[in-house]
Amino acid sequence: MSGTKTAWTKKDLLGLYELSQEEIELILDTADSFKEISTREIKKVPALRGKTVVNLFYEPSTRTRVSFEVAAKRLSADVINIAAQESSVKKGETIIDTGTNIQALKADTIVIRHNSSGAAALLARHVNISVVNAGDGWHEHPTQALLDIFTLREKLGKIKGLHVVIVGDISHSRVARSNIWGLTKLGAKVTVCAPPMLIPEDIEKTGAQVSYDIDEALKNADAVNVLRMQFERDLKGAFPNQHEYFKKFGITRERLEKLKKGIIVMHPGPLNRGIEISSEVADGANSVILEQVTNGIAVRMAVLFLVSQGKEKS
Amino acid sequence: MKEKAKILDKAGIDRSLVRIAHEIIESNKGTKDICIIGIRTRGAFLAERLTACIEKIDNTKVPVGILDITLYRDDLSLIAEQPVVRQTQIDFDISDKKIILVDDVLYTGRTVRAAIDALMDFGRPKEIQLAVLVDRGHRELPIRADFAGKNIPTSKNEIIEVHLQEEDKVDEVVIVERD
Repeated sequence: MSGTKTAWTKKDLLGLYELSQEEIELILDTADSFKEISTREIKKVPALRGKTVVNLFYEPSTRTRVSFEVAAKRLSADVINIAAQESSVKKGETIIDTGTNIQALKADTIVIRHNSSGAAALLARHVNISVVNAGDGWHEHPTQALLDIFTLREKLGKIKGLHVVIVGDISHSRVARSNIWGLTKLGAKVTVCAPPMLIPEDIEKTGAQVSYDIDEALKNADAVNVLRMQFERDLKGAFPNQHEYFKKFGITRERLEKLKKGIIVMHPGPLNRGIEISSEVADGANSVILEQVTNGIAVRMAVLFLVSQGKEKS
Repeated sequence: MKEKAKILDKAGIDRSLVRIAHEIIESNKGTKDICIIGIRTRGAFLAERLTACIEKIDNTKVPVGILDITLYRDDLSLIAEQPVVRQTQIDFDISDKKIILVDDVLYTGRTVRAAIDALMDFGRPKEIQLAVLVDRGHRELPIRADFAGKNIPTSKNEIIEVHLQEEDKVDEVVIVERD
């Protein structure tokens, strides 16, 4: 508890770009308090009893959806999961129609995952109930970044003054973008590192620095966030092959041993062992990957709780 | 808002806590199975103080914990300014224990109701007893204090403010009246 004075006023959580430093800290402090609940024998509090949370997922996702579902249930909310692939979306219903229909069911919060950037914001403008962005296109994935930052803060005590390296496909990564906004707002230095084809042109405008050499980037880093490389979809032409990538950018024990100080290794999952990270590192002492999963529940509980109290439209 | 009267000063608060500590030990015939749990914010400080008093009298250290009841409030959706959720810290098993629940002021009883519900989610205590610094009446639920520092009949227009060194830099209990 750091004596947070800000009150939460927003009905939605769409991204970290539009949040103030104080609002981000309020979420983190609230998550701190919620973490203890998952260690109890009875892992449930009645804060959202009688509320309904709808997980509306237009993209396949297991870990984010399950994390939101667990978080909502630990707050005693009722949870409904809609996988859009098998819903009336297939019959041509628009996202706005789907949203207003969910609102007409008297649900209280929609958690949305969509492959188009801006989908969550569009939905939030057209409904009066709360909308939480669980990842929209290449735009933002705020709760993932919040849980990364929460984990870092828990491990190192603070964010201000830290140097965090994000390595991987920055161009197509909403996780990277949300992390950059959140970390820089809290006073950390962020370096993105990838082959040139995978770094967007105007990335420096976000306040992040760019490096094409992972060993150089890691030199003074406190933490490295390793993004999943999706060779199966959007990397054709950006990089020759997985083995080459692993050699040049993969996070391995040999790389970490060259560093002067210990470094925290994060990964949003699911892991591609031997492509962006070696098994030794993923399962090693530097890794906080499973703690991120645990912390994700506390962070999502905090977000669901706070938006349920907010009234203000974005 | 103006201050109408000071009900307890530092010495008065200290004396009340020492007396309550004696009463707890007396009515429980010692300190066996006793655990003290304070309700955030000021109940938590009073719980710490009460635990120190009991240790002085009985020479035993009883477990002490802190309960945040925000998530159990029955008015969460009604209150304008939303409360900050703080941590609950109970590092011991409360099953089959005699819990002394501590708060600063007993008023409607709704906070205590929330606290009892919260405690039940941690286990099955043998007993829950209630100790408060001030009982000001106006109950809305069938709840009473087992130990009270001071009974103060009040009107609903008045507010009892407990100030404690740990939070407010001064030890006192005052009545203020709404304008």
